[in-house]
Amino acid sequence: MVPPDLRYTKEHEWVRVDGDVATVGITDHAAGQLGDIVFVELPEPGRALVQFAAFGVIESVKAVSDLFAPLSGEVVEANAALATRPELVNADPYGEGWMVKVRVADLGQLDALLDPAGYEALAAEA
Amino acid sequence: MAYGPHTGGDRARMLDALGISTVDALFDDIPAAVRATGLDLPPALTELELMARLRGLAGRNRVDLASFIGAGAYRHHAPPVVDQVLLRGEFYTAYTPYQPEVSQGTLQTVYEYQSLIAELTGLDVVSASHYDGAAATAEAALMTCRGARRGRVLLSRGVHRHYRETLATYFAGGSLAFDEVPLLADGPAAGTTDLAALERLLADRDQPVAGVIAAQPNVLGLLEPMAEIGRLGHAAGALFAAVVEPVSLGVLAPPGAYGADIAAGEGQPLGLPLAFGGPYLGILACRDALVRQIPGRLVGMTTDTEGRRAYVMTMRAREQDIRRERAASNICSNQALCALASAVWLAALGPGGLRDVAATGAARAAELEAALAAAGAPRLHPGPYLNEFAVRVPDAAAVHRRLLDHGVLAGIPTAELEPGDPALADGLLVCATELTTSDEIELFAFALREELLAGMGTLPGAGPPGGAALPALGSDAMEARP
Amino acid sequence: MSVTGERLQPSLFERSRPGRNRPRLPAAPADALDRIPAEALRATPPALPEVNEATLVRHYLNLSQLNWSVDGGFYPLGSCTMKFNPKVNEWAVRLPGLADLHPFAPDETAQGTLAILWELQRLLAEIGGMDAVTLQPAAGAQGELTGILVVRAYHRSRGDTERSEILVPDSAHGTNPATASMAGFRTVNIPSAADGGVDLDAFRAAAGPRTAGVMITNPSTLGLFEARIVELVDLVHAAGGLVYMDGANMNAVLGHFRPGAAGIDAMHFNVHKTFSTPHGGGGPGAGPVAVRAGLAPFLPGPLVVREADGRFRLERPGERPASIGRVRSFAGSVGVLVRAWAYIRAHGADGLREVSEDAVLAANYVRQRLRGTYDVPYDRPCMHEFVAAAATLRRETGVRTLDVAKRLIDKGFHPPTIYFPLIVEEAMLIEPTETESLETLDAFADALLEIAAEARTEPALVTGAPHTAPVRRLDEATAARQPNLRWRVAPQGGAGRGVAPARAPGV
Repeated sequence: MVPPDLRYTKEHEWVRVDGDVATVGITDHAAGQLGDIVFVELPEPGRALVQFAAFGVIESVKAVSDLFAPLSGEVVEANAALATRPELVNADPYGEGWMVKVRVADLGQLDALLDPAGYEALAAEA
Repeated sequence: MAYGPHTGGDRARMLDALGISTVDALFDDIPAAVRATGLDLPPALTELELMARLRGLAGRNRVDLASFIGAGAYRHHAPPVVDQVLLRGEFYTAYTPYQPEVSQGTLQTVYEYQSLIAELTGLDVVSASHYDGAAATAEAALMTCRGARRGRVLLSRGVHRHYRETLATYFAGGSLAFDEVPLLADGPAAGTTDLAALERLLADRDQPVAGVIAAQPNVLGLLEPMAEIGRLGHAAGALFAAVVEPVSLGVLAPPGAYGADIAAGEGQPLGLPLAFGGPYLGILACRDALVRQIPGRLVGMTTDTEGRRAYVMTMRAREQDIRRERAASNICSNQALCALASAVWLAALGPGGLRDVAATGAARAAELEAALAAAGAPRLHPGPYLNEFAVRVPDAAAVHRRLLDHGVLAGIPTAELEPGDPALADGLLVCATELTTSDEIELFAFALREELLAGMGTLPGAGPPGGAALPALGSDAMEARP
Repeated sequence: MSVTGERLQPSLFERSRPGRNRPRLPAAPADALDRIPAEALRATPPALPEVNEATLVRHYLNLSQLNWSVDGGFYPLGSCTMKFNPKVNEWAVRLPGLADLHPFAPDETAQGTLAILWELQRLLAEIGGMDAVTLQPAAGAQGELTGILVVRAYHRSRGDTERSEILVPDSAHGTNPATASMAGFRTVNIPSAADGGVDLDAFRAAAGPRTAGVMITNPSTLGLFEARIVELVDLVHAAGGLVYMDGANMNAVLGHFRPGAAGIDAMHFNVHKTFSTPHGGGGPGAGPVAVRAGLAPFLPGPLVVREADGRFRLERPGERPASIGRVRSFAGSVGVLVRAWAYIRAHGADGLREVSEDAVLAANYVRQRLRGTYDVPYDRPCMHEFVAAAATLRRETGVRTLDVAKRLIDKGFHPPTIYFPLIVEEAMLIEPTETESLETLDAFADALLEIAAEARTEPALVTGAPHTAPVRRLDEATAARQPNLRWRVAPQGGAGRGVAPARAPGV
């Protein structure tokens, strides 16, 4: 079961909102599909993200995938731990495996995202 | 002569298992309108005939000349042990090591090649090799654009014309641009990169530079102020890529020591046959920080599930089969067998042997310089060189042609190497290696003196009548003086 | 082979000892480098290994024993064409007349090699049904880039600068879209039809004024001949685009299909596949490109030209002004090309036709033996290769294609190509080639059938494979996260060890 307090994209990103700062990562399902994560390419603080546009790249041993922003906003922090320990994405995708924190302009954009049940249904089909 | 094992009986059994009577039925998907009924090719040759044909064709090449030509490909001593390793079917008929459990031989040899080139270049990350020096240089230029996130490269005209042309082709597809940095036409540094021009090109704020590329030695054999070129590039926020000749790295300062971020070059001089141009070996190396930008295969060391040391192709997600349209390069191979050859050659020579090869070439080149100057062909440029340099020869193309009749391959006319450069209109680019003998140098100088005097109208047309083969070198032609 | 201990073979550096190398040439004169400015010289010599010849030979011989090779066994790798590499070709390229020729040798001293190259240009043109050939590209991928740059140059020469897209079927090899990107085009991926061929409607919808061309592999990466090739070519031409064919699978159709006859505008050959030049552990190969007459002006140069008096020469710089330029130094990977020439001359027209017939027959035979045990999608005869899949096996036993592949190693076979093409789940692409005996084909099929049975009765045997290879499965995750890409020699000439370089930053 995916965490109940998060929202999800169709591309398997999750977002946790705290005030006007959103934390973004990928789901356990996505990490499992990719396999052992070896590298995560993340934007620098200050970069503007656009909802549903690609903001980074994640690589496993045998695959690569774009990362898509659940919400628009400005990057305030990227998880520096992933530079030396990309395996955190596999080990703790909703916690220490977080990817970016974003200052969100319009929280109304959350409406366009999937709730936990909606994401579970999507993941079950895949 | 075919190489397959199937007899009529084998084919009949396979057809039978498929329930068909002829193999034609398996080609039914080819629309009749485009089905071919055969090919118009010369009749098949048996092995005996093929070998005779090849001997005849090989005999139509002149490889008996006293050769003084370099210009990007160099003759060096070829220890027979190298070819014996290359002829092991386990190496040359192996596939790419995608299944590492059954490819540890290839993988370890490539890892060792990477390590050897890292030692030579002073840069820690070495790709499993690229096609040749030209393609490696083009990819190095693309790397600077990715690494610096800018779109313009400055390329010294001291880099080999073939490499500059290849870079131009690789750049044609996109929005990246490059400008050439001229060479100085005169002064003590004539023939090397014009640093003032480089500074001016770097200063253009509207077109920031991603990379500066220069060669050491440069195409004219001259030594360039690489540390200074690198410093100028870095000061403008650009990366610095050095084009290198690997044998020279046995004695010359390596790119890692003079601040290069990337090194590219041709590995052919590491014991690979000249073979009219290939297959050759593209050397590409970079600093750690650029490892994600380097194209091509990388072999890494790891362990297996039982803790055994083993080797595997790694960081594969950079490559085209995974990244597809997002790959930095479409390269899908490496020159694995050539890399193996170069590694065996370097191990056979050892550090001392490599130094002797480079230094002996330098000594022979100094001898050559003196002999040609005495014959009436002084150097075009005053600066230091290792084993290759240009000499002034009026009507160089015609002289070069007539020297063939004396049995001398007198380098390459500089006008042929660099057609666009008026300063190089009348010259020959010549080189010497450890294989060059004093007898050969004497022959070249003698013949050149004759041709230069003939050209001045002092002597009648020189050379043996009818364009005959190599004249005798003395009483014992087999024992050339060292 | 039983394996114990922490490594299979020492590294070359571990076999090194100071002073162990023996000189092979006279020492250089002591003052040889005196005239070189000190700042241009190395401060310290490179830490290359010092080994004597006996140690060197033992090192490489032992490493060779850790390798699988075509000379040693069967390699049913789909899309690689692992056929036998004839030994006469190795003799040929070592003839001093060929091996010692400098690439800048004047034409008159290179008539033998130039004759071979000129004739190879013509042989490949005939085989491809094309008009002009460049031998310069150093690999199939470089051939693709050459071909697509030629397409680009063609459109620009006609003032047509809006064509920014290349259409590629989703079954294509990864080099195709990577090539399109390198050439400055956007790749448009077109889904395949249910029968594995191109979906003409999808192509028709995607083709238009922005289409520079299409890259098509024929036979496809599924081992199927594109029966709708003529319609595809016509619709692309009608939209103003050109058709580029990836010739990786030509081993299926030599003498049976000449791409030029179908209107294909440009193609490349992989001589290390179709024409038997050795794979060498990853290269070198070569990727000559053949085009129809209208594209010939754009080919990279220099081409080999024959004069009226029968002498051969290389084109001079600027002789063909519309050329896209060079894609590499000198004339090409001549040593590889000579082997391809020799192979073609040894076969002649009938011999090449027989090559394709035997390759196609062998593939269909093995496919027939596997049907019913493995999934064999596409219910029609294959060409020189076919796709079998372990999707059902996985659902029923948990055993995946990866496991089947590793278990084949225990059975004495190199695995086929796996997880390609991407459009078939749990794919194995199997290409026997024409140089494998019937006994080998049967033994391979038997092995795969055994593995399917093991998957049901003793799955751990399969999922834990390989058990008999020199090494077990490797830790590829750590290899990618903490890359160790070079041996680092310890100071003072100690044995040293491989160490990971400083980690590259993550952003």
